[in-house]
Amino acid sequence: MSEYLVQFNNISKFFGKVIALKDVTMKLKKGEIMCLLGDNGAGKSTLIKTLAGVHKPDEGEIIFEDQKIVFDSPRDALDIGIGTVYQDLALVSLMSVTRNFFMGREPQKGLPFFKTFDIEKANTIAAERMGQIGIDVRDPSQAVGTMSGGERQCLAISRAIYFGAKVLVLDEPTSALGVHQASMVLKYIVKAASQGLAVILITHNVHHAYPVGNSFTVLNRGKSMGTFKKKDISREKLLSMMAGGEELDKLEVELKEMDRIENN
Amino acid sequence: MSVKSESIQSKKDSGQDERLKKISPLRVLLNRPELGALGGSILVFIFFGIVAGDTGMFSAYGTLNFLDVSANLGIIAIAAAMLMIGGEFDLSIGSMIGFAGICIAIPAIYWGWPLWTSIIFAFAMAVLIGYFNGIMVVKTGLPSFIVTLAMLFILRGATLAITRLITGRTQVPGLRVLIENDPIAWLFATDTFQWLFTWLGSMKLIALRTDGTPLATGIPPSVIWFIALTLFATWILMKTRYGNWIFASGGDKVGATNVGVPVGRVKISLFIGTAVASTIFACIQVLDAGSADTMRGTLKELEAIAAAVVGGCLLTGGYGSAIGAALGAIIFGTVSMGIFYTDVDTDWFKVFLGAMMLIAVVFNNYIRKKVTETK
Repeated sequence: MSEYLVQFNNISKFFGKVIALKDVTMKLKKGEIMCLLGDNGAGKSTLIKTLAGVHKPDEGEIIFEDQKIVFDSPRDALDIGIGTVYQDLALVSLMSVTRNFFMGREPQKGLPFFKTFDIEKANTIAAERMGQIGIDVRDPSQAVGTMSGGERQCLAISRAIYFGAKVLVLDEPTSALGVHQASMVLKYIVKAASQGLAVILITHNVHHAYPVGNSFTVLNRGKSMGTFKKKDISREKLLSMMAGGEELDKLEVELKEMDRIENN
Repeated sequence: MSVKSESIQSKKDSGQDERLKKISPLRVLLNRPELGALGGSILVFIFFGIVAGDTGMFSAYGTLNFLDVSANLGIIAIAAAMLMIGGEFDLSIGSMIGFAGICIAIPAIYWGWPLWTSIIFAFAMAVLIGYFNGIMVVKTGLPSFIVTLAMLFILRGATLAITRLITGRTQVPGLRVLIENDPIAWLFATDTFQWLFTWLGSMKLIALRTDGTPLATGIPPSVIWFIALTLFATWILMKTRYGNWIFASGGDKVGATNVGVPVGRVKISLFIGTAVASTIFACIQVLDAGSADTMRGTLKELEAIAAAVVGGCLLTGGYGSAIGAALGAIIFGTVSMGIFYTDVDTDWFKVFLGAMMLIAVVFNNYIRKKVTETK
């Protein structure tokens, strides 16, 4: 058995003539948090959808627990244990915490043809799971719309873990959150990883990624700029790579030039 | 003593988690979609109790009369409500009623089919049409408003054209004689609990005809269907996995799909539901009147949607209840019949219907904001 839980080797994805992804490689161990950084249009969304089984990669292979895997649908990815939490969270704000938690996978009881949604059991599990992350859901039948953004994010992550995710793919989990809410979510992500999950954290916010990440993959215009261990790279270096360092350098040169002209 | 323990309790509560707000019982009640309709129906009954209490409106006969009207509307309103919770509309309900009517009458009268086969034929057509509505909405992604509006015209037109082509007229009478001894028709045509009414009559508790039989002969089939469908729909929505899928499909289609809810299948089944409910409505009315009319059911789709909205369904989907829709139908049915017992001109009924709906929408909108409010 290799040391990696999941490997994405040389993944490429084309849409007609557009090269959305080219030769992206990522390898994750259990308990590792890999941050996938990239600016808008870097190919993050395409990569997430490829990981989640929405898109089939045109080149490359996905190896999960030493087995080569082909996803035909998002359901396949879910079934082997790749849980994706999208930016919209797939939560219905008018529905209760419990009904959201078990949406699509409701526990049932009773005789065939008269099976009912076991709402008591569901309530207990939902309240217990939310309690574990420090969110006291006094009434699991309250609407999700009454929860804060951070709590909703935690609910979505907690749901993915409960339903057997071994690899957690998180799409911009902190982008819409304030400082306090974001740190609550990040804390939960670290806790999840410490329990043996592999986490792929997709973000464009280096300040959120750097404190929690073990390694960093930078995506730029559909290509991976490489994967770096935390000790090998600084926050500033990551930031400049993400934004396309050359462009920033160029900008700096131009600004100096302007300075020089003004001073003359 | 009790005051003291209360204050300790509240201290403990506030110390537990300062972020949690106390939820008052009123707020819990406000979170139920049927609250508005419940209040509305209580008001309606108080109003008619005062205005028409001594007119015979609330006699056994009068009560069954307005319950019958409410129940007929309720049958389609419940199906419409479930579809609305699932995030779609069906404007073809009224036309489907007319179409189902001739699907029963023409084969039975002109082609010599036994009545029960033509009833089954009508239900089969309903499933097909509901399926077609559903698959069109799901596959094309067009608003159901447009797809079913087209179906409204197609079905009404087809009903008229086919009936005239085959019969040369727009009505198909002569069904009443076929009801007796039919293995299925009694489901839609028999008053139940007749023994109870006979007994009540013999005890002089309810009004009698001159020949000694009671004026109200039994519970009309519409009421039984109405009660059964309300219970069934409520059970589905609150107690089953499929019910959760309905809320999810209407609340957030994309999110529901992402977590594995078969949104397309749920929606198609709900469209079949409205078409089948229309056919139940048609069976009851056609067998009661003994004839099918090509114009039967006209505008019923809008009344059904109005009842569902008064019952707390949001137009955007994902929220509502079957009991609410049932109460909405009772409000409309009671007012439409009750108005005869008052001095008010019946022309004002539609004004009431519109005003009631407007108030309901404003109220529901407020409720939704309360429910989804982020703290």
